[in-house]
Amino acid sequence: MVSVRKLVLDILKPHHPNALEFARTIAAVGSDYRVCLVVLEVDENTETLQLTLEGQAIDFDAVQSTINNLGGSLHSIDEVNVQSEPDQNELNKGDTDSH
Amino acid sequence: MRKPVEYVKFLLHLTRTHGIVRRYFVVNGFDGALTMLGLIMGFMISSPASLSVIINACLGAAIALGVSGVSSAYVSEVAERKRALTKLEDAMVCDLQDSAHGDAARWVPILIALVNGLAPLVISLLILTPLWLSAAGVPLPLSPLYVSITVALILIFLLGVFLGRISEVSWWRSGIQTLLIALVTAILIYLVVGF
Repeated sequence: MVSVRKLVLDILKPHHPNALEFARTIAAVGSDYRVCLVVLEVDENTETLQLTLEGQAIDFDAVQSTINNLGGSLHSIDEVNVQSEPDQNELNKGDTDSH
Repeated sequence: MRKPVEYVKFLLHLTRTHGIVRRYFVVNGFDGALTMLGLIMGFMISSPASLSVIINACLGAAIALGVSGVSSAYVSEVAERKRALTKLEDAMVCDLQDSAHGDAARWVPILIALVNGLAPLVISLLILTPLWLSAAGVPLPLSPLYVSITVALILIFLLGVFLGRISEVSWWRSGIQTLLIALVTAILIYLVVGF
């Protein structure tokens, strides 16, 4: 099983909701998400953000859907940190074999 | 998933239309109250008419105010929200119909239209209540027309109090200000229609 631990996303969003509400809403998608949001550029109607999201198992689809629902548009995934973990079933099987 | 009331608040916040809703409520509520005040005063000054005639005339005006409020606000707000959404979609270079901004463009005009139409209708119906009570045989301390005028003046004062609370100025001063406007209206009606 592979868990996504960290994502750095490049996002374009309208001015409303503001950066704080945007970050809060995305953090609320998971129970242990940590969000760091940096506004890189402010235009007349939009702003470009760099959003760093950390968690034990980030649900990318849910995050992307929330971004879209808030009126944002995901431009690119700039950094990814994933970790593979052995399945619980395999661990249990290994324990049985050793006995 | 947000609760419906929270989501409506979020949409109003997103489109920054809280102020518009409040403004429409006061402006049209004031319209409704003054229209009823004018009609009832007109009936008081004119040759005596039966209570049912007065109620029907006032109810007709109240319904017209409500329908006018709903339709005019809906048409103008749909145009405004569509324009804002198109401008945002152009800036974002993507379709925002499935986003909260799309929801806001669909639902905010309906909400604003309802407030715009219901404010004068509900206020008018409250002013007409003494007339209905009297027609139903409920005894009133004064003539039903006087009681209705008193209710109208109280509601106009309360609208002023509401305005005072919004602008964070003295609520009684704001209430008395709107009450004075109503009294000036009543004097004008008396002077123009009464002679």
